[in-house]
Amino acid sequence: SIHSLSLSLQAKMSKPVQARRLEGIDKNIWVEFVKLAATYSTVNLGQGFPDFPPPDFLKEALERALGGENHALHQYTRAFGHPPLVKILAQFFGKLLGRDLDPMTNVMVTVGAYQALFCCFQAFVDEGDEVIIIEPFFDCYEPMVKMAGGTPVFVPLRPRTPKDGKLMSSADWQLDPDELASKFNERTKAIVLNSPNNPLGKVFSRGELELIADLCARHDVLCISDEVYEWLVYDGKEHIRIASLRGMWDRTVIIGSAGKTFSATGWKVGWTVGPDRLLQHLRTVHQNSVYHCATAPQDAVAQGFQRELELYGKPDSYFIRLPKDLQRKRDRLIQSLDAVGMKPIVPEGTYFLVADISEFKSDVPDVPDSEEPYDSRFAKWMVKSKGLAAIPLSAFYSEAHKNNYTRFIRFCFAKEEATLKAASDILQKWKREKTRP
Amino acid sequence: VEFTKVAADPSIVNLGQGLPDISPPSYVKEELAKAAAVDRLNQYTRGFGHPSLVKALSQVYERVCGRKIDPLTDILVTVGAYGSLFSAIQALIDEGDEVIIIEPFYDCYEPMVRMAGAKPVFIPLRYQNNGNCASSADWVLDPAELANKFNSKTKAIILNTPHNPIGKVFTREELQGIAELCIKHDTLCISDEVYEWLVYKGKEHVKIATLPGMWERTITIGSAGKTYSVTGWKLGWSVGPRHLIKHLQVVHQNTLYVCATPLQEALAQALWTDYKRMDDPGCYFYSLSRELEGKRDRMAQLLREAGLKPVLPEGGYFMIVDVSALNVDLSGVDENQPYDYKFVKWMIASKKLSAIPLSAFCGPETKKQFEKYIRFCFIK
Repeated sequence: SIHSLSLSLQAKMSKPVQARRLEGIDKNIWVEFVKLAATYSTVNLGQGFPDFPPPDFLKEALERALGGENHALHQYTRAFGHPPLVKILAQFFGKLLGRDLDPMTNVMVTVGAYQALFCCFQAFVDEGDEVIIIEPFFDCYEPMVKMAGGTPVFVPLRPRTPKDGKLMSSADWQLDPDELASKFNERTKAIVLNSPNNPLGKVFSRGELELIADLCARHDVLCISDEVYEWLVYDGKEHIRIASLRGMWDRTVIIGSAGKTFSATGWKVGWTVGPDRLLQHLRTVHQNSVYHCATAPQDAVAQGFQRELELYGKPDSYFIRLPKDLQRKRDRLIQSLDAVGMKPIVPEGTYFLVADISEFKSDVPDVPDSEEPYDSRFAKWMVKSKGLAAIPLSAFYSEAHKNNYTRFIRFCFAKEEATLKAASDILQKWKREKTRP
Repeated sequence: VEFTKVAADPSIVNLGQGLPDISPPSYVKEELAKAAAVDRLNQYTRGFGHPSLVKALSQVYERVCGRKIDPLTDILVTVGAYGSLFSAIQALIDEGDEVIIIEPFYDCYEPMVRMAGAKPVFIPLRYQNNGNCASSADWVLDPAELANKFNSKTKAIILNTPHNPIGKVFTREELQGIAELCIKHDTLCISDEVYEWLVYKGKEHVKIATLPGMWERTITIGSAGKTYSVTGWKLGWSVGPRHLIKHLQVVHQNTLYVCATPLQEALAQALWTDYKRMDDPGCYFYSLSRELEGKRDRMAQLLREAGLKPVLPEGGYFMIVDVSALNVDLSGVDENQPYDYKFVKWMIASKKLSAIPLSAFCGPETKKQFEKYIRFCFIK
């Protein structure tokens, strides 16, 4: 009846329909910035994905998976990971870690590294637990900790001015050891490590990792190690896996991504590697949230890894060719930014770099009592009026610290030559307009 | 997970897990090959659903539901219908809530509800013998019993039609009864309709969201895996009013963010192909169910000949079978398990045939009621 319908509508309005776990996690920077880029940008150096294709051998692997008479690859595979994929991952990472890994218990496949992160927070973080997050951070860590009922505790990387007027490097952003130690207490359940780090491109040194490992051991804390950019390291730097440090294997979950490894972000294949005592809980979350991951992409990624295992360390290895290509692109973008007065921080890894836009501040006036951080307004203005998309650094900081570093924006340089040239052209034109009398 | 391992032995005929071993239609496979060849389609797409896919879904469901559906606000694409169930439950169910689950139930409903901190409240379908050959239509809810399960704590009821495992297709009247209770108690409805196209002769799939007062309070879930026999694509979707879907989108952006691009593009193209021929009997939405009806009848016949009592399903691709008449001696099998678990173990070992015991789909109180049944899958 109309009467009961109106009563029910009133009832609906008195209590919120959504669960309390959604509190404070509804905002998402990407929804807004991806839309802006799609609407306004002519050159998109914002969201992190390559604009060049995955390597031929990977595309061919998917073609083979789909083309065969065998249509089993269109049906469910093993829930915790397609057998050929977990087997090769166990072999590959076993080699890298110097360990015998069991594909069934030490590896679990996920829908991208994103879902691996979700499984970790859901599996390990309980109400009242604290999780240490190093700022700046890939933005999903914070809402995921909150959704699990945990409390994020932030500790910043602090920039030190480089000597001799050199360009700043991501290595110049460092943790203060005492400050880090002060964040650990009896409520600390885990620390999230992201190396190479998005957005700065920092590659944590052995000394820095030992510092973290030492604190984890002392306080019995887990380490969620997001290593999706593990192959993208430059200038001869080494990516060190924290799980290989003494005492760490047993308390670490390593997260990896086919999207970043093989330039195929749209495939959404990720994985976790770790001890069974930790992975068993990831399996529980996984089987109650997603259960199976898509079969054909897993099969193709397995073939990709097979090839890389055979070519490991050889010049033809994609894991050698890709960082070589990206280093050139990095240097290209650094040059373009430096030439116009934007000061890039040279990243040691990942395909991101962060630049100081102070020289361009006059284009976007300060609004004293604005809720929105300066760099966010700047980035929005830039995409709308210059067609160049980038992401404000404040997007990678907690609410309380969004205004700490507001003169930096993040560029993605995993782009074709033509794209980087077009970016350079926009920057040059912009610079000319600024210096015109 | 338990039964999949056992039946992975290739010498065993696996009629257990709901996995087609028929081929997906060739145009569906071709669309995926085409999509994967496009460079841009190997990178991230829109988080809440690839634009061409949500557009195609909105068109198909606008036609089916007879109402306008906004592709950007009323639809979320998820990793299988499983992912939609998870997103809906995490978005809308809170600690202390009660959620009504109809038994037997697709087994993930219970743990998902518990994971959200809520209490599952079970109500069984009860067998009403009408003297004819057993049909899934013989299994019904007792209206008074159902009404009793609703109270001020009831946040949602999970509906599954066509129903897994029994194959029941809820009638308009039955859905009306559920709808009235939802409206009276201001309860949400999570409607798992993954088998929506697999409805057999004489039966009609009715969407509860199309009943008066229900669109505003219903999330309707669908599945590419079941629609196109591509369970390995793991794509599903939730359709509903903006004020509910927005919360599922929040869960999605904090769990896996975006689904695979080439699979979504391929699915979009396949849906357009069939959308354009929805007036044509050749449309896959209708042709698959005709194909499966033949298999259903053949399987039922074989089971009867073996002395078993199948319950003929009105929809879906599962069939439950009463095995008690065979009176098999199961004293050799593990004592502590329900009858149907023991029967399936015996059947795998001695007949090289696997199925799923029905008590796997029940809450603790009702296991006794259902333990003489096992479930076969006939999309083979």
